[in-house]
Amino acid sequence: MNLTLKIWRQKGSNVKGKLVAYNVADISEHMSFLEMMDVLNEQLVNSGEEPVAFDHDCREGICGSCSMYINGRAHGPDGGITTCQLHMRTFKDGDTIIVEPWRAKAFPVVKDLVVDRSAFDRIQQAGGYISVNTSGNTQDANAIPIPKLNADLAMDAATCIGCGACVAACKNASASLFVAAKVSQYALLPQGQVEANDRVINMVDQMDAEGFGSCTNTGACSAECPKDISLENIARMNREYMRAKAVTK
Amino acid sequence: MANSTFTTIGRKVLMALSGFFLMFFLLQHLTINMLSVISPDMFNSVSHFFGYNPVIQFALQPVLIFAVVFHFIMGFYLELKNNKAREVKYAANSASENSSWISRNMVYSGLVILAFLALHFADFWIPEMEYKYVAAEAQDATRYHHELVEKFQSPVKVGLYALSFVFLALHLLHGFQSAFQTVGFNNKYTPLLKKLGNIYGVAIPALFILIAVYHYLNPLTH
Ligand code: HEM
Ligand code: SF4
Ligand code: FES
Repeated sequence: MNLTLKIWRQKGSNVKGKLVAYNVADISEHMSFLEMMDVLNEQLVNSGEEPVAFDHDCREGICGSCSMYINGRAHGPDGGITTCQLHMRTFKDGDTIIVEPWRAKAFPVVKDLVVDRSAFDRIQQAGGYISVNTSGNTQDANAIPIPKLNADLAMDAATCIGCGACVAACKNASASLFVAAKVSQYALLPQGQVEANDRVINMVDQMDAEGFGSCTNTGACSAECPKDISLENIARMNREYMRAKAVTK
Repeated sequence: MANSTFTTIGRKVLMALSGFFLMFFLLQHLTINMLSVISPDMFNSVSHFFGYNPVIQFALQPVLIFAVVFHFIMGFYLELKNNKAREVKYAANSASENSSWISRNMVYSGLVILAFLALHFADFWIPEMEYKYVAAEAQDATRYHHELVEKFQSPVKVGLYALSFVFLALHLLHGFQSAFQTVGFNNKYTPLLKKLGNIYGVAIPALFILIAVYHYLNPLTH
């Protein structure tokens, strides 16, 4: 199929960008969206132009790097997938496809479609871990009894790949779903209890410091999340947060 | 961190608590309004009690006013802050694919409610304060019902009231369940709660409208 692409081109973080139109021909419907982008880039390189910069790594929906806002949706039109899992059969011959980077103050554009998501790293560093003694006397995690339901819910939360689609889709550019997933995956497990209060307070403080917006429960995040992280996690984060506030000095 | 009650979550929880208070108040206000249809005498005596009871006048009423003012100021503040969290907007954004219009436009439904509140204060609250504290008129336990009915004789006013309540319905259809989610309530009862929210969000404004229309259609005969 033949397509018109309107892609956000921006040379660097401090320069103005704009949408630029390109035509690509003979795109197979079996290609992934990223493979289609590869075709475009090859075309650009062959004609001596600068290829479009975009993040990608695993190309199988687990690394979370392939951030693209496609035709007004995070990761494009299908639900529950990343851009690398989006197939060209979702589009029709002759379509015009608009591709933009994630838009959030906390995710500044680095170049073209690449944004800086280190704000997520800093939120994780603020509390998204457990401190364990690794000097050889670590307790075997399997020896700690955990109710099946909690183990399942913690695992669901832990499937968050930090892609940032929740922020990109949210009208408030709120990182609540991401932070909630990261808080929940520990809050549900015995190992997470020791640092639970500091964790939620520090991670929320960091989320605010990074300039993400606040949650108005529109549900856009969960609807666009490639891992279907549930809004229940945000409710849990809020409970954790209120409890932590009530008991810490 | 020093004042971190006022983080995004802290502010949202306060927003939800003021929302709960306002939703409770609406229920109470509606109950009294219904009396105006069922029994003018009962409406008069309850209104008189509410109007002159010192606890209600000097303790609950200030709390209510504070809650309203707090709720809309915080609502505007959060909206502004949230807008700043995305400085460059998308060229194409299909928000309707992932969220409802009402959930994305709470500040606009809220603005209509605010405009209504201004009209409502001018209609009832200011004359009431004037009567009681400025003119210091004598207590009259029978004036409320006819004052109310007379205020609803203008079709424009009834229309404005009805329109405002449609926006209140929009606000509540998202706000009811949103407030529960904000305070951390999301479990197996949530689907039921959402249904309850839909009933509350439609029924409460609809009854307010019906009462206004009823008084418009049934003017005083004496
Ligand atoms: C009788 C009047 C009102 C009632 C019963 C009411 C109720 C509610 C409720 C229950 C919520 C959800 C709270 C949460 O999830 O945290 C809410 C949110 C909100 N309200 Fe109101 N409200 C009223 C008036 C207003 C007014 C006058 C404004 C003026 C702008 C306003 C603006 C907002 C905004 C911006 C939100 C945040 C949206 C969200 O978090 O979902 N509200 N309201
Ligand atoms: S919650 Fe979902 S959308 Fe948000 S970062 Fe994690 S996987 Fe991506
Ligand atoms: S490239 Fe890894 S999730 Fe898409």
